[in-house]
Amino acid sequence: MDYDGSEPSSFPIAVKVLIAGGFGVGKTTFVGTVSEIEPLSTEAVITEASAGTDNLDGVAAKSTTTVALDFGRITVDPRTVLYLFGTPGQERFWFMWNELSEGALGAVVLADTRRLDACFDAVDFFERRGIGFLVALNEFDGAVRYDPEEVRAALKLHSHVPIVACDARDRRSGVAALAALVEHLLTATVPSSL
Amino acid sequence: MTVYDGASWLDEEAGRLVRPYAISNGRTIPTQELDLLSMVMATGRRDRAQLDLEHAQALDLCRVPTPVAEVAGRLRLPLMITKVLLSDLIDTGAATARPPGSGANMESRDLLEVVLNGLRRL
Repeated sequence: MDYDGSEPSSFPIAVKVLIAGGFGVGKTTFVGTVSEIEPLSTEAVITEASAGTDNLDGVAAKSTTTVALDFGRITVDPRTVLYLFGTPGQERFWFMWNELSEGALGAVVLADTRRLDACFDAVDFFERRGIGFLVALNEFDGAVRYDPEEVRAALKLHSHVPIVACDARDRRSGVAALAALVEHLLTATVPSSL
Repeated sequence: MTVYDGASWLDEEAGRLVRPYAISNGRTIPTQELDLLSMVMATGRRDRAQLDLEHAQALDLCRVPTPVAEVAGRLRLPLMITKVLLSDLIDTGAATARPPGSGANMESRDLLEVVLNGLRRL
């Protein structure tokens, strides 16, 4: 592909989807399974004092924390690249990091039915931000399979939020969960012709 | 006190030997507004031989438009340091950047359909 830097339209479009959920729920596995590249990682410093940005206003700023961000990539067409960012599971700080969530197409909230409470924070966050999401129940070996409606009741999810089953270790299953998310986002988007 | 003999701890596991903030000369605030997915591309207007190692490596990664996050991941540098390096490259005309989504001229619905069709083809 030949890119001409003088033409803004020659830059491909990069979009992001967040893969959220509690610690140990399989986010890193999910990103690694569906990504076309070996997942990459970087570190970001977030400060409580500058909630909303990740800029450090000074070395004396209080409550700074470093969060590790894993991400992968799917080229969906020659001009459009989807980046999948696994949200830092152990750190509540990422919720204050606008750069991560701003402009996100949507989010997959991975849930383990044995520990549903681990995804409460992520569900709250996306509801409050108005970011479209679905809940993907990661089917761990030996996990009790709950009825999706039981999960919906437990998470107090709105009826329009899809709940899908997913095996984070299986590429096809992960891609299907992503496609289900985008289908959901499309139903929530008014056609441009109207 | 431990005395390092130099060679014994120089291996892959030791990781980076130069502190990240030394690479950016202690700077933690980039001069350019760069987002995780801002696309950066080399302009070809600067000779990489004039650059130090880290700037040259960052520039090499941007031969095709590459988002900030990917440059950071590949250089194994913290996001903020990467933004400082890329800002330097943009400030000197060695690279140019586009914020995420700009120049797309695409309705969000059309974009979603492109993504959905792409996922279904996988």
